[in-house]
Amino acid sequence: MQGLGISVLFKGNNFLRLLGGLGVTLELSLVSIVLSIIFGMAFGLLMTLKNPVIRGFCRIYLETVRIVPQMVLLFLCYFGLAKAFNLQISGEAAAVAVFTFWGAGEMGDLVRGALTSIPRHQLESSAALGLTKKQTYRYVLIPQTLRRLIPQSINLATRMVKTTSLVMLIGIVEVLKVGQQIIEAARYDVPTAAIWIYGVVFALYFFICWPISLLASRLERKWQ
Amino acid sequence: MAIKGAGRVKTPVLRIDNLVKSFDGSVVLNDISLTIGEGEVVVIIGPSGCGKSTLLRCVNGLEPVDSGEIYLRDARIDGQKKNLHLVRQKIGMVFQSYDLFPHMDVMDNLLLGPMRALGRTKQDATAEAEAALKRVGLSDKAHALPRQLSGGQKQRVAIVRATLMHPDILLLDEITAALDPEMVREVLSVVLDLAKDGMTMAIVTHEMRFAEAVADRILFMDGGSIVEEGKPKAFFASPETARARKFLNTFTYEELREGIPT
Amino acid sequence: MDWGFINRYTPMYVEAAGLTLRIAAAGIALSFVIGALCCLARYFRVPVLRQITGAYIQLARNTPLLVQLFFLYFGLPKIGVRLSSEGCAVMGLAFLGGAYMAEAFRSGLDAVEKTQVEAGECLGLTNAQNIRYVLFPQALATSIPAICANVIFLIKETSVFSAVALADLMYVAKDLIGMYYKTDEALLMLVIAYLTILLPISALGSWLERRLRYAGFGYQRSV
Repeated sequence: MQGLGISVLFKGNNFLRLLGGLGVTLELSLVSIVLSIIFGMAFGLLMTLKNPVIRGFCRIYLETVRIVPQMVLLFLCYFGLAKAFNLQISGEAAAVAVFTFWGAGEMGDLVRGALTSIPRHQLESSAALGLTKKQTYRYVLIPQTLRRLIPQSINLATRMVKTTSLVMLIGIVEVLKVGQQIIEAARYDVPTAAIWIYGVVFALYFFICWPISLLASRLERKWQ
Repeated sequence: MAIKGAGRVKTPVLRIDNLVKSFDGSVVLNDISLTIGEGEVVVIIGPSGCGKSTLLRCVNGLEPVDSGEIYLRDARIDGQKKNLHLVRQKIGMVFQSYDLFPHMDVMDNLLLGPMRALGRTKQDATAEAEAALKRVGLSDKAHALPRQLSGGQKQRVAIVRATLMHPDILLLDEITAALDPEMVREVLSVVLDLAKDGMTMAIVTHEMRFAEAVADRILFMDGGSIVEEGKPKAFFASPETARARKFLNTFTYEELREGIPT
Repeated sequence: MDWGFINRYTPMYVEAAGLTLRIAAAGIALSFVIGALCCLARYFRVPVLRQITGAYIQLARNTPLLVQLFFLYFGLPKIGVRLSSEGCAVMGLAFLGGAYMAEAFRSGLDAVEKTQVEAGECLGLTNAQNIRYVLFPQALATSIPAICANVIFLIKETSVFSAVALADLMYVAKDLIGMYYKTDEALLMLVIAYLTILLPISALGSWLERRLRYAGFGYQRSV
């Protein structure tokens, strides 16, 4: 039957399968984001240190993750590590490793930026008010740092969600790959399936990332 | 000074009839009518928020008006009009914040209007700009960038930039409000020179002594209306309205200290 | 390391890098045009166009390039719009980049004080002259760091083009790994190829940024 293209979505459990693929995408993103935040905090603190050797290493690390495309990092990790250390890592592990490596660098730079952005006179006026060091952190430094950091890290999170689409190219079956499989299977029944399925995948990504970006820009405006 | 204003009101450079302007429902200019004659210097004073700056901005079409009419000689100024830029070429305006173009040096700031808006040749415009810079004592700054100048120097350049357009009228909006006292002097002396040369001007200022020295006529505004109008000497010596008296008195600290209500 | 292998296959990489660069150049050039138009529509609050560009910017910024490319390359032919791999890649990059450039330009325009435009108006400049001499040069100077970051980002994004059957750098590397199992060599050349492209651009970007930051409006231009 050459039905309407959209019908393919509701055939069998196609839609559920697509959502399952989306689940893989989101799971990979979530794990990478959480790990990036943890390592990123540590990396950011490290970057505020004055030690020139540490600073130099941080700089190199940051520039590396900034300049090498994530796709290349994925290849390096998936194909390169496997061969170099003769260890067969799964696509998922490679993906999480690469996205965390990249995300922690970016997150670290955001943390550093937020920490160093607080003007000196804020510290001086807290001291002038007679606040203790702990109070200064609790009421002055941390709230201001978070206000800068939170919107930016939310933006980073949407970037990471979008970037997980790359993993299909190293063979992980996520939402785009599931879409491709559904289209393949329906090739004869519904020849126009591709536009519908890819349209739906497009919409799925959009409706995940868009609200998050809206939230980020709203927070940014509110806290400016 | 008093002789200078006489008989000039006959050929008005600027005429404002029943101007009304409001922001979000609150009236800032309430039925203002005003004529400024050839070579006349009108100084507008009044408390913050009385509408004096808005009045200048309306004259230049920077703010749309609710009702009323503004004429520059015979041309009606209308914020919507397509040829607004042609009228604006004949109105010079200087702001409190100088607003020199930071990406151009002093000379380029001065040449932009004459060359682009008036279509004059570079050679011609440069010669005039150099002469004008010399008059305000800034010949050596022709190729400095605005950020390399002091506030007073910037403001002098801004005044020169406006006068090089040979405007029919010059509007000065609190041009010394952001300056140190020393710089105020150098800027105001430039304005006094312009007045001597017969430039028609509408000036909004908080410098009362300067107002008295330069004005042919003082307008005192409050709450969006012109409350009092008069010759400078008479106005400052004995203002007629209670509101103007109170405004001028605001500045004596002795009364504050003694607790005398103003 | 098999240097003979590297030697033999370097021309393939050079060719692939050339292809990547050509497509990146075309896509980025288009994204400048799209970005400028969108930004003007939004800055001057052109009715209707403003809403459309707003929606476009959100769509392009909140979906991955790979999904956009799949839609263009595999989806569109089903309704009769058939694009070549190159065409798809350029369109996809321009679609994505236009939205990012629009935002970069707009942040530049927003950074120009409103009074600057008024000062230009008071000199009697026409709107076009005011944009050309007052607004644009200042906006450009402020948005250069964002523009550079976008250019680098877009070049990096080209690494997904192999998914629409374009023989780019990733494609060549994957091919060599699959065919000869020369993983080390293939990956080394891949990294070198990308670094050769991206390092100079990144250096140029930070040089421009430094120059603008320290010199303020230090460049000379005559009216």
